[in-house]
Amino acid sequence: MARHARKTRTDWVLFVVLLVGTFATCGPFAWMLATSIKPGNEVFVFPPTLLTGQPQLNNFMRIFDTIPFGRSLVNSLIVCLSITLAQLVVCSMAAYAFACLTFRGREALFLVYLAALMVPSQVTLIPNFILVRNLGWIDTYQGMILPFAFSSFGTFLLRQYFMTIPRELLEAARLDGCKHWRIYLWIVLPLSRPALGALAIFAFVSQWNNFLWPLIVTTRPEMQTVTVALSTLQGQYNTDWPLLMTGSVLAVAPVLIVFILGNRAFIAGLTGGGFGGR
Amino acid sequence: MAAGSKLWKRDTQAAWLFLLPSLVLFTMFIAIPVIAAFMISFTEWDLFNPMKFVGFGNYTELFNDDIFKKVMGNTAYFVLASVPLQMAFGLAIALVLNRNIKGQTFFRIAYFLPVVTSTVAAALVWSWLFNSNFGIINALLLSFGVTDPPKWLGSTKWAMPAVIVVSVWQNVGYAMVLFLAGLQNIRTDIYDAAALDSARGWKRLWFITLPMLSPTTFFVLIISIIGSFQVFELVFIMTKAGPANATNTLVYYIYQNGFQFYQMGYASAAAMVLFAIVLVATLIQYRMQDRWVHYG
Repeated sequence: MARHARKTRTDWVLFVVLLVGTFATCGPFAWMLATSIKPGNEVFVFPPTLLTGQPQLNNFMRIFDTIPFGRSLVNSLIVCLSITLAQLVVCSMAAYAFACLTFRGREALFLVYLAALMVPSQVTLIPNFILVRNLGWIDTYQGMILPFAFSSFGTFLLRQYFMTIPRELLEAARLDGCKHWRIYLWIVLPLSRPALGALAIFAFVSQWNNFLWPLIVTTRPEMQTVTVALSTLQGQYNTDWPLLMTGSVLAVAPVLIVFILGNRAFIAGLTGGGFGGR
Repeated sequence: MAAGSKLWKRDTQAAWLFLLPSLVLFTMFIAIPVIAAFMISFTEWDLFNPMKFVGFGNYTELFNDDIFKKVMGNTAYFVLASVPLQMAFGLAIALVLNRNIKGQTFFRIAYFLPVVTSTVAAALVWSWLFNSNFGIINALLLSFGVTDPPKWLGSTKWAMPAVIVVSVWQNVGYAMVLFLAGLQNIRTDIYDAAALDSARGWKRLWFITLPMLSPTTFFVLIISIIGSFQVFELVFIMTKAGPANATNTLVYYIYQNGFQFYQMGYASAAAMVLFAIVLVATLIQYRMQDRWVHYG
């Protein structure tokens, strides 16, 4: 009885500690939002006001006038959706070959793909930039999409999942004279929805937040993605905090809303669907 | 046998068709660029004039470059401070959440929010929080009686700690979910046996939970080290490597040399250093995962 009471008390103390920690993790978001609805000059008051007396949405109009921010949101959407779709197709096809087909050199090629996981993207940055530049793809969607259309991680993730599909099912289909593309399309893909969902989430979020590549392959404001547009905004209006926070709100809101709605699938996706990948 | 080899042959043909898209993209954007980066690192090239072969010139220059030494020192400082902090907080939160505490889902979401946030946006907000004149952090410090709060991003001494704080803030949630997954993989019968031996509380944590968790801990360690060595956006937005290179780190230096000074060879040599570090870390992870681990 005494131990039980102590355990509940410990749990209460820990609960309070966690709650305090929540202020540290969520506080910056609250401050971002609070600043975005402040009038421009109110941020230069000291000490700062927590909540403004005159909340306003003026900054949300202003941001679309000062730079093509709306366009950059659309650009991000186009680039991220294309990359996500491309990765789903390309990686699942490769994963099908590795998991469901036998061919000479399978293990060796799989190892080569896996080895690519060890290559940091900054290593291939310069040659890829030169390639994209020589192809005349600076300021184009294909220049932002194609270098990320294949992912070793995605192939590995899907291959692991495809391996868990009962072999008998695939063999039975083969014996019925089913062609590979039909097995892939009508059996393997529908059975792998959780893994495909995890990869889709992972790809979309990491691309939405991607910065360095779109930074170096775009020069025109109309082609910038959201993250690049934010850094441009910072370069031009570096003390206009309400405007900068408005941009930040618009950049993080889509991902955060989707995250809060589907957090379980989301965390599974971002931690490699529970396969321990990254 | 004949039928078998025919089937095999059909499989091979289908397999290469299924592999074709990935092979093309892999060759074009990963395989050839890795080799190219290695070769470019032996040249001097500004993209406009012809490439000049300089042998190990870039590498010897790199190791005599005082800024590069500073950059490596800064990167080490950043990694050594942010990795242990994000792991310690991540583990602590995971251990508490694993007690099936009230509001578990809420806390999991709250602590994971920074992970899905764009680093550029996060860096912007934190620049505002750390603003030395009008920022809320210094306002709080002043109200707590700190008479001369740091200039944070404008100070050679405090800029790096500020960047580290943001990095820890952003990555704690990731360590937390990995640790939570690891904790949930520990077999409960081990705890039952421990209960018989009357191991409880801290003893149970120290002698059972942490050793059983070691594969996860090691995985999180390597992932965090690799990730920390690649810090870029935080530096780009918060400090632009300043003041006086106080926050210049390896990837920023690669970016700076490649895309501001147009020294592609020199930047590639620095990228090879990063590659070597990540390679060593990954190989250690690969070699160690079969040893000193306690699979439940």
